[in-house]
Amino acid sequence: MIALLALLVSPLAGAIVLALVGHRDAARDVNVGFSAATFAAACALTAQVVADGPVFAWEREFFIDALNVFLVTLTAFVALTTSIFSRPYMRIERDRGKMNGARLRLYHSMYQLFTCAMLVALTTNNMGILWVAMEAATLTTVLLVSVYRTAASLEAAWKYFILCGVGIAQALFGTVLLYMAAEKVVGVEGGALLWTNLQGVAGRLDPNIMTLAFAFLFIGYGTKVGLVPVHNWLPDAHAEGPTPVSAVLSGLLLNVALYAVLRCKVLTDGALGGPLAARLMMGFGLLSVVVAAFFISRQKDVKRMFAYSSIEHMGLMTFAFGLGGPVATFAGLLHMTVHSLVKSAIFFAVGHATQKAGTQVMEDIRGLVKVSPTVGWGMMLGTLAILGMPPFGVFASEFLILTTAMREQPWATPFLLLALGVAFASMFARVQSMVFGETSVRRLPHPPALVPVFVHLALGLMLGLYVPPYLEQWYRQAARMIGG
Amino acid sequence: MGPVVGQLIDLLAALLLMLAFAMITQRRILSLIHLFTVQGAILAAATAVVGWATHQPHLYFSAGITVVLKVIAIPLLLHRVVNRLNVRWDVETLINVPTTMLIGIALVIFSFNLALPISQLASTIARGTLGIALACVLLSFLMMITRSKAVPQIIGFLSMENGLFFAATAATYGMPMVVELGIALDVLVGILILGVFMFQIREQFDSLDIRHLEKLKED
Repeated sequence: MIALLALLVSPLAGAIVLALVGHRDAARDVNVGFSAATFAAACALTAQVVADGPVFAWEREFFIDALNVFLVTLTAFVALTTSIFSRPYMRIERDRGKMNGARLRLYHSMYQLFTCAMLVALTTNNMGILWVAMEAATLTTVLLVSVYRTAASLEAAWKYFILCGVGIAQALFGTVLLYMAAEKVVGVEGGALLWTNLQGVAGRLDPNIMTLAFAFLFIGYGTKVGLVPVHNWLPDAHAEGPTPVSAVLSGLLLNVALYAVLRCKVLTDGALGGPLAARLMMGFGLLSVVVAAFFISRQKDVKRMFAYSSIEHMGLMTFAFGLGGPVATFAGLLHMTVHSLVKSAIFFAVGHATQKAGTQVMEDIRGLVKVSPTVGWGMMLGTLAILGMPPFGVFASEFLILTTAMREQPWATPFLLLALGVAFASMFARVQSMVFGETSVRRLPHPPALVPVFVHLALGLMLGLYVPPYLEQWYRQAARMIGG
Repeated sequence: MGPVVGQLIDLLAALLLMLAFAMITQRRILSLIHLFTVQGAILAAATAVVGWATHQPHLYFSAGITVVLKVIAIPLLLHRVVNRLNVRWDVETLINVPTTMLIGIALVIFSFNLALPISQLASTIARGTLGIALACVLLSFLMMITRSKAVPQIIGFLSMENGLFFAATAATYGMPMVVELGIALDVLVGILILGVFMFQIREQFDSLDIRHLEKLKED
């Protein structure tokens, strides 16, 4: 309970402190400090859950089980490494005049508040608070995306706000319907929005209401996952915001949104006993994979290309969870982890590469390896990892998803293979020409932070070769819970 | 409660629906803000009536929040923004008004059909109005799609929030207090951010026309 309190209070305190001193030079280190404290709290919480099993807190309003504890740790970890990456990144941006004191203050404060909103969304037991926290995460990231105040970033932020605002409003309607179904069974006083209560009585929830509720919840949270056809905000927000923000959007926020969908799916499955939720998730997941793969092949901007790759991977995870069964769900959870690690590593490398080249247009970035081998190789290895080359973890999870799909839903396999092939061909060719060849890029005034890149890639590699037993135990427990 | 209270709630719900139609056809920004204010007041009244009829004191709080936020604070804020930016002129819609009306009617029929089977299951006295609440949400959605200026889009967004609040009252006796407070906070912060954005958009583009915001596209 103390660990949980520390986990939520640390980023909140960070947001307040950085709102006051975020413009100073030391703010970058303060940001890292608070993120490190959050990560330490997450580790303590994890140890507690591993030792004692699920934890409830504050009149059951918060709870930690196998499913959210690994996401909490992942979120706190990536938030920490991104804050380390953002130290030199933001220093360079300020030297180049893209950031100033006021903007840095906003950036640092919102970064912490965003972490806090995500952690609340992950740990809350109340489906209403989950909605509130998701909306809060949207609001903070809107400010983060618009932080450069350029025409393009304002447009991206406006689009993001309106699209996700509308989307998440649908999720609120879904939550109202969920409450309506639950209230009849649990009663108003019985905590009718608490997920653990709902899960216990899922079989008695009215199937008509739950069908409609899931449709709205899926559209709503699916908008934030970036599922096609409600994905339009995602590439713009990734491309026009600062790169650390792209990294946490792709690596963390999309995961948290998918987590919300999963929580809703468990309740719907319990109420309906039928495959409605699974079919919706498979259909939209597959559509996202295919559409995103073809969009990848048409991109000119490097950050947009990797944003579409995130849509592709979120689609793949949604598809995997839709497939259900212990193997596919396990693979989906593993994919969530490795995608989060590898994609944020790629954005770290891309961030420094675009700073060196002074542009995000891929044709104008050449020969990164010659100027700085670490950035170049980081980007190359990250791309290979995300494209599913063995021995990285993405290969393992994609392999499991594909083989399960072949057995359970053979019709989907050709689409998946086609999409993965198209994505591979187009991304590999572009990244190769950015990394190798004659160079046009400059040196950076400050040494880039490349430790996070290689730490993430090493973890991604490790998960491909060897999943530690306690982690596997977790995944299995979580998979059992969400319909494995 | 009694038949009178039920009819009063139905009347208020019908007024909400009419206001939603008035908003999708209204071209003047100032009138839009007035309509939004009236909508907030009716929403608060409906919430209070349901609370009174069913002895649910927390619905009074909820009505109070609605009055403070949607009848006083947000309209004031919108008036200030509109005055400061001097955007009181008429706005054209992207689709002409009769077509918009027809689409709106189709949306209402659709939402009534969708809500029919489940509104029977609601335990509240306002259950017949769930279809109206859903229609209000979809009409606000339509308004956001058909407007090209920033301020009407925001009013559309807010009136969608109103529809959702009404849905919560119609389907259940409002959400739990902590959730309702959280939602109110999110709406308030959201509208503040949007207000700041409007000044920044204006600074960048010399206009609040969203059609300037179409540079980011796939080729």
